[in-house]
Order: sequence, then C-alpha cells, then structure tokens
Amino acid sequence: MFWSFVKAFLVGGAICAIGEVLVLKTRLTPARILVGCIVLGVILSAVGLYGPLADFAGAGATVPLTGFGHALVTGVKRAVDEIGFMGAFTGGLTSTAAGIAAAVFFGTMMALLFKPRGKE
Amino acid sequence: MSTIELRTRPAIIAGAAIAGRKEGEGPLGAFYDAVIEDDLFGEDSWEKAESRFYLTACETCLRKAGIPSPDVLLGGDLLNQIMSASLAARSLKVPFLGLYGACSTMAESLAIGAMLVDGGHMTTALCAASSHFCSAERQYRFPLEYGSQRTPTAQWTVTGAGATCVSALQSPHTIARVTHVTVGQVVDMGISDANNMGAAMAPAAASTLTRHFTDTGRTASDYDLIITGDLGQVGHDVLLQLMAERGKPLDAAKYVDCGLLVFGPEQDVHAGGSGCGCSAITLNGYIWNQFRKGALRRVLFMATGALLSTTSSQQGETIPGVAHAVAIENDAP
Amino acid sequence: MSEKQSPSSSAHQAQLERYRQLVDRLSPKSKLGQGVFRAFWVGGAICCLGQALLELGRGPLGMTNTAASTFCSTVLVALTALLTGLGVFDKIGQYAGAGAFVPISGFANAMVSPAMEFRREGLVLGLGGKLFTIAGPVLVWGISASVIVGVLYALFPW
Repeated sequence: MFWSFVKAFLVGGAICAIGEVLVLKTRLTPARILVGCIVLGVILSAVGLYGPLADFAGAGATVPLTGFGHALVTGVKRAVDEIGFMGAFTGGLTSTAAGIAAAVFFGTMMALLFKPRGKE
Repeated sequence: MSTIELRTRPAIIAGAAIAGRKEGEGPLGAFYDAVIEDDLFGEDSWEKAESRFYLTACETCLRKAGIPSPDVLLGGDLLNQIMSASLAARSLKVPFLGLYGACSTMAESLAIGAMLVDGGHMTTALCAASSHFCSAERQYRFPLEYGSQRTPTAQWTVTGAGATCVSALQSPHTIARVTHVTVGQVVDMGISDANNMGAAMAPAAASTLTRHFTDTGRTASDYDLIITGDLGQVGHDVLLQLMAERGKPLDAAKYVDCGLLVFGPEQDVHAGGSGCGCSAITLNGYIWNQFRKGALRRVLFMATGALLSTTSSQQGETIPGVAHAVAIENDAP
Repeated sequence: MSEKQSPSSSAHQAQLERYRQLVDRLSPKSKLGQGVFRAFWVGGAICCLGQALLELGRGPLGMTNTAASTFCSTVLVALTALLTGLGVFDKIGQYAGAGAFVPISGFANAMVSPAMEFRREGLVLGLGGKLFTIAGPVLVWGISASVIVGVLYALFPW
C-alpha cells in the first residue's frame, strides 16, 4: 500500500512537471497544454503504452488529464468489443461520464452558491 | 507634422482620481481623491463597478472645477464597446465622444479635449478613462477563480478612474496648461505575447517621442519629467534602450512610467501596473499634485496603448501599439 | 527602426528579429527549477489523494475497480469545485501551475470558474453557455481522438 502512494506521487508529479516545463518553455496557453495532454493520453493508450503505466502508478497515471485520454480509449475499445462498430461513438463518454457530469453539476452548484472574488 | 502647438494654452482646472483598494495601498495612495475599498463599489457586476468609478471620477472633477456641466465628455475604457464610459455618460447627461485607445485613452482624450478647447469650439472639456482589474481579467484573460499562473513580464490592471477638466476659462484653480499634442502612429514590432504588453508598446512610445522631439526641436532635457503610461519594467527598459539607439537618449532619472509608480515592489504585480486607469489615476492624483506644489514645471505625459483584442490574438495577429504625447507646463506667465 | 518599410522586406524582418532579441534580453525569465518543483510536488500530492480515494473505495467501501475510480474522480472534482467556489483554487493554481491544472482538478476548475464568473450574464447564456469555454476544447479533441481510435479498433482490432 505504501509503495502505491510513492508510485502515484512520483509518476503523477512527473507528468505535472513535464506540463510545467511546457508552460514555461513554450508559452503555450493552459488550454493548449490540456488538449495536448488528453490527445497524448489517447495516442499512448491506443498504442498500448498507457495501460501498463496505469497498472504501475494507479492514480498517478489516471488522475492527470492524460489518464482521461486513457479512460476514453479503454471505454471505446470495451464498447467496440461489446456492441461492435457503433461502440466507437458510445464508449468514450460512457467511461468518462462521471468526471464530466460531476464537473458540470458541481460547477453549476458552485456558480449558484458563490460569487467570484477580486485578487490581491 | 504630427505635433500640434496649442497657442491658447488651454488650462487644466481640475483633476480627480478614484482608485481601488490595492492602488490605495500603493505608494501614491495619499494622492487619490478617494480609495474605494469594495471592488464591486456597491454594484452587482465588475463592469457596473468600473462604470461607477468612471462616473465618480467625472463628478468629483466637475465639483472641484466648480463647473456644473462641461461642453463635452471625452473618453473610454478597456471593455468591449467601452461600456464603462458609455454608462457613465448616460448618467452625466452631457455631450459624449467615446474613444478607444486601449491604455492610451487618458492621453488621447486629454489631447483631443485640449485641441477642441484651443480651437475655440468648446469652452470646457472633461477627459476621462478607467479600468478595473476584474472586468479586464475576465474579458482578456481568464475567469477570476481560474487557477492560472502569471508570467514575470505580466502586468496588473489598475482598478481606478481619472478625469481631467480642460478649459478656456480663466480659473483661479488652474493647475497647469497644455502646450503641445503629438498624436501617435500605430507601430507593431512583431510582439505577440499578450503577457508582455510593455515590449509590444515601447516601439510606439519611441516613435511618438522621437517625432515630438523632432517637431518641437526639444530634447529630453527640456522636460522636468517624461512620464509614460503603462510600459511596466520591461517596456521602460526597452524604451530607454530604443531612445539611446536613436541618438535621443532619455535621462533615466527624469523618465518614469506610471505602471512602476502606481504599485510598490512588495505588491507582487510582476512587471508593474497597466490599464487605462494606470496613467489616469497617476496623472490626476500624483502629477497634478506635483504641479500644484510647484515641484514640476514642464512634463511630457505619454500614455501607451496595446491595440489588441481577444479576436486579433486568437487569429494570430501580433500586438499593435500606440502612444499619444501631451506636453504640459505650469501656469507661470 | 523606421515604421515605413513594407512588412515583407528582409530588412524589416531583420529589424523585427533584432527587436525580439532586445526584448528577450530585457525581459525577466520564469524560474524553471522553482516552477517545476512546485508543479511536481503539488501534482504528486493531488495524485496521492486520488490514490487514497481509490484504496478507500476498493477496501473499506467494497467497490469494484471501476466504481472506485469513478468515486476517485468524482470526489476530486467535487473538492476542486468547492475550493474554486471558496476562492482558494486560483491561489493553488498561481503557486503550482501545471501541478494544479494537469490533474483532473484542473479540468474541474476550468468548468467551475467560468460558470461562476459568467453567472451574472444569466443562468442560460451566462452560466450555461460559458461553462465549457475553457474545458470545451479538451472534450472536443479528446472525444474526437477517441472516436478515431474506436473506428480503427473496430476495423482492425488489435
């Protein structure tokens, strides 16, 4: 159990550190880096590299947005296995539905409850 | 010739600066007419709050000038369709010419106001500009609660509004007189980093300054102070370098930037202040005060603007800059 | 540096290049080491919290692996939403940069913050319309890429 935390910390931290290098070195906007992360996750997962990383690092690989791309691909492949070609369109959102629905729902709740504040 | 000499020397008879809380805590805090602690200013949105800053600056300026209603209000702000200025003009019920010069608006409105008065077309013109950190942030960058990092060259939009009353009347309140106006060209040296506005605007400042010197036959040493609008630390250093390369060097001790005056080093604003309000509150707070004290006799006020929009940035355009210069002298005969 | 040259002339290009170098020289640089260190430890910590939620779901709560990972992302999203609402997350983002926005917390913050900010333009076009302004591209490109992978997988299973 202890090692699973160490692995999650190191791998998750490393992915974020790579993201920060891109921020500081390329001046890419956060939105572009996030799109890059998720597309990279999709590609790495499709070629079979991300699965082993997720098995090794647990949340260290699934919590960063690259893991979101991995979840899309695992969902798509599972759905294609189950229902055939149309699974290519249903699987991705099925496997990521919780994260998206949670963000939409809590975002709406927070917007109703809180007002944005100025910065110091 | 793009420099106009104003032969009647229109009088600046009043100025007002209304600043936000962070600005009030800055080194120039004591010079503002009012510091508004609540960044919503009692309104229900940042834009309406900014408009109230604008309106309050205009009303305070008119009250100090003892003028119930000016012949024209000139000015603008940073928001789309200059909402702050337009809503304030709606309340003021005076003839209104809305201007957009990005952060150069204070100098642009003062230049046009002084020319209208000098030409004998208007007796009194009210010139004003405003910006608000929160309204600018959500329009140009990200929502306030979005967790983005500010780069070291980024500048901090000033919350505040300034207004100046220019008049042909002989007033006992006369602070100073406008003697020359140099209208700036739009200059773009290929900077596209919206977090480095100072670098995008400095070439425009150098262009206007060079033409001002050429047209008037003056040099930097003819001025007690040359003051730019919001070049920040990077733009300030770049302008010194550009003017030196052009053989018209500035005296670093007599050249300041409002963006570097308005916040203190401990306020963590990275490269300095920015926004229309930056030069507006510095001119109408600090600079007029120095004229009244007699500490300044002749100043070149040059506000700089980065003429980008979110659309132009997203379409890959680089950032065009502009700078307008207004020469101001004390009232000595 | 005359402003009257045609934009395409090579002399003009050389001027732009010279100016870019001047600006580079006079602009303060981001501190790479400090930024990477902060992103590393904050990002790592968020992933550790995720790991704790996974273990909690799989162990004491008796969830399946799928349910536990759903539990993990939902709680992280909810927590980020709350911190965003309370005005804390933007400070974490300013400190940690990619450490805060690369994990799923960044995705949640990117949806919650515009929803809050544009609430004043109304519930439908403000809150509803702007919720996806920052996070939308991530979904657009993520989903599109995954559909391509799915189509390929359906045609040439591997």
